[in-house]
Amino acid sequence: MGKDKKAKGIWVFIEQFEHAALDISWELLGKSRELADKAGEKLIALVMGDNVEHIAQEAVHRGADEVFLVEDELLEHYKCENYTYAAYKVIKKNKPNQLIMGATPNGRDIAGRLAVKLKTGLTADVVSLDTTKDGIMLGQVPGFGGSVLAVIKCEVARPQMATVRPGIFEAIPIDKKRKGKIHKIDADLDKKYETTKLIKLQKVEGVDISKAKRLVAGGRGLGGDVSALKELAELLDADIGVTRPLCDDGLFPRDHQVGSTGVTVKPEITINFGISGAAHYTAGINKSNTIISINNDPNAIIFEYSDYEVIGDVNKIMPLLIEKLKAKLMKEVKQ
Amino acid sequence: MKGLNIVVCVKVVPKNSEIRIDPETNGVDRRGVDSIINPPDKNAVEAAVRLKELYGGKVTLLSMAPPGLDDFFHQMMAMGADEFVLLSDRAFALADSYPTVHTLAAGIRKIGKVDLVLAGVESADGGTGNVPPGLGEALEFTQATYAEEIDYNSEEKRFIIHRMNGSGHEVISIPSPSVVSIELGVNSPRFPDFRRKLDLDENYKMTVWSNKDLELPEDKRGLSGSFTTVEEFVEAKKRERKHERIEGTPEEIADKLADLILENMN
Ligand SMILES: Cc1cc2nc3c(=O)[nH]c(=O)nc-3n(C[C@H](O)[C@H](O)[C@H](O)COP(=O)(O)OP(=O)(O)OC[C@H]3O[C@@H](n4cnc5c(N)ncnc54)[C@H](O)[C@@H]3O)c2cc1C
Repeated sequence: MGKDKKAKGIWVFIEQFEHAALDISWELLGKSRELADKAGEKLIALVMGDNVEHIAQEAVHRGADEVFLVEDELLEHYKCENYTYAAYKVIKKNKPNQLIMGATPNGRDIAGRLAVKLKTGLTADVVSLDTTKDGIMLGQVPGFGGSVLAVIKCEVARPQMATVRPGIFEAIPIDKKRKGKIHKIDADLDKKYETTKLIKLQKVEGVDISKAKRLVAGGRGLGGDVSALKELAELLDADIGVTRPLCDDGLFPRDHQVGSTGVTVKPEITINFGISGAAHYTAGINKSNTIISINNDPNAIIFEYSDYEVIGDVNKIMPLLIEKLKAKLMKEVKQ
Repeated sequence: MKGLNIVVCVKVVPKNSEIRIDPETNGVDRRGVDSIINPPDKNAVEAAVRLKELYGGKVTLLSMAPPGLDDFFHQMMAMGADEFVLLSDRAFALADSYPTVHTLAAGIRKIGKVDLVLAGVESADGGTGNVPPGLGEALEFTQATYAEEIDYNSEEKRFIIHRMNGSGHEVISIPSPSVVSIELGVNSPRFPDFRRKLDLDENYKMTVWSNKDLELPEDKRGLSGSFTTVEEFVEAKKRERKHERIEGTPEEIADKLADLILENMN
């Protein structure tokens, strides 16, 4: 869109699936409320879908000053051509200064396309977001697997766009007393231009380990046997996180993957079993309060990220640990 | 052309674990860092070669890169690709995703009559994942990102894509031509054919296009076409950790660990 002095407002794209907003949408709105106040901008939510007025209302209750609500049958499911067309129209007309979206598969799908259409800069996969008082967005992006962070800005074009990783910011709780204006926009979509056909859609009831209080995490050092990991999780009422190769091998669904292309966790305690500590992985556990790692290689990088280190064989230690924990937990119950 | 004319966008990236910040310049220090083929690009080449085996056609690999990486490019070709087109010019250097998209799109248009553009889901070096959907826009093709499976219906001339959309698993169909990005790890990339690689090393002369060939204006290439700037680099903050070693027999270790875990539970 080129630099436009008239560009105003911090916009957040509210992603929804089957009429329910994703958590990331409220996380972004929560953070952006803070940014909007700092830059003296209005906070505006962009809600798209079919029958999603309740989401627009919730956006107001969660901090938005105004909502642009675009409803159309053709927006029922995410299809990039329909969503891009509708979003482009609203954005072109109303000229946001900043536009923030979730770094989810669909969020990144539409963001990448929109940025080229709007001729503007897009900072992808932000892990930390700030703004100057005069509205210049500053996004921190992990590079090279997470060992380096680049602070990126886009001074010359508007809107300044960013996608943000889930699980980093906190949502504002619902406050039903909050008021805000909801603008209903006609998307003017035509079925004729729809190119994507939806053949099958299956909701996956996933787990959300980003909010885990305790995490037991396993890597390739488990040798493919994840039964002890599961038993420990149950014993400690902990969530299970794994490194990417375990998901690639089909041992766990993707939503258990920790790391730069997985989930960022921030539990009280993370226990790593047989994990080497690649930057891709450690990027996801850095916010854990206490980290314990067990690895049979004394030079494993994971130890650089650990409070407590055990050099040892997980096959030996895990069964013993389970035994000890059971005994100690029993004792606690009896007391 | 009979069959599918497939272009795969590929990239060589630095091995990320070896990157450090140079304290003097505050820039990224790539000296002595090994390079690798961007991991998901291998999955994209594998997907392309499988489609060619099933439906016939041709696979062209396309990369915007400086010269000197032929060894990697020949490795990727030896997985079963037919041609390599390198977009190389100082004028393309230091591009962020916007000019990268336009440079690759110009290359794809020049190749011509393309049915499918494949790419890895993102690059491992400061990967943005912006490029595949950006290419969709620049070429005015439909797109599907994060594909786990791709097949082709030759009667309808449509691609059938399985993808995770973050909340669910979807199967969609999109028309030819399209841009599809392939998720990391969704297939097993075959090993390069050793003899083909040697033959390529000796005899293959890849097509190299500079900006004389693509004629991109300043605002669609390289640094001049980039919208984003890096304000500064900071080393990712590692939290201070205690680094206490727990030692003893496995029994003793397990006992101490159990206590530690229970202490940290509340
Ligand atoms: C683009 C890209 C994105 C990626 N994103 C992610 C991501 O988000 N998350 C992620 O986790 N990875 C990611 N990866 C992969 C990452 O680079 C590493 O390959 C991966 O994290 C390694 O997993 P691991 O530690 O389980 O396996 P390995 O690196 O193989 O380590 C296994 C460890 O187990 C130890 N071990 C072996 N046997 C035993 C035993 N009996 N007892 C104790 N210890 C033992 C070994 O010493 C070793 O340290 C990504 C890679 C790429 C290219």
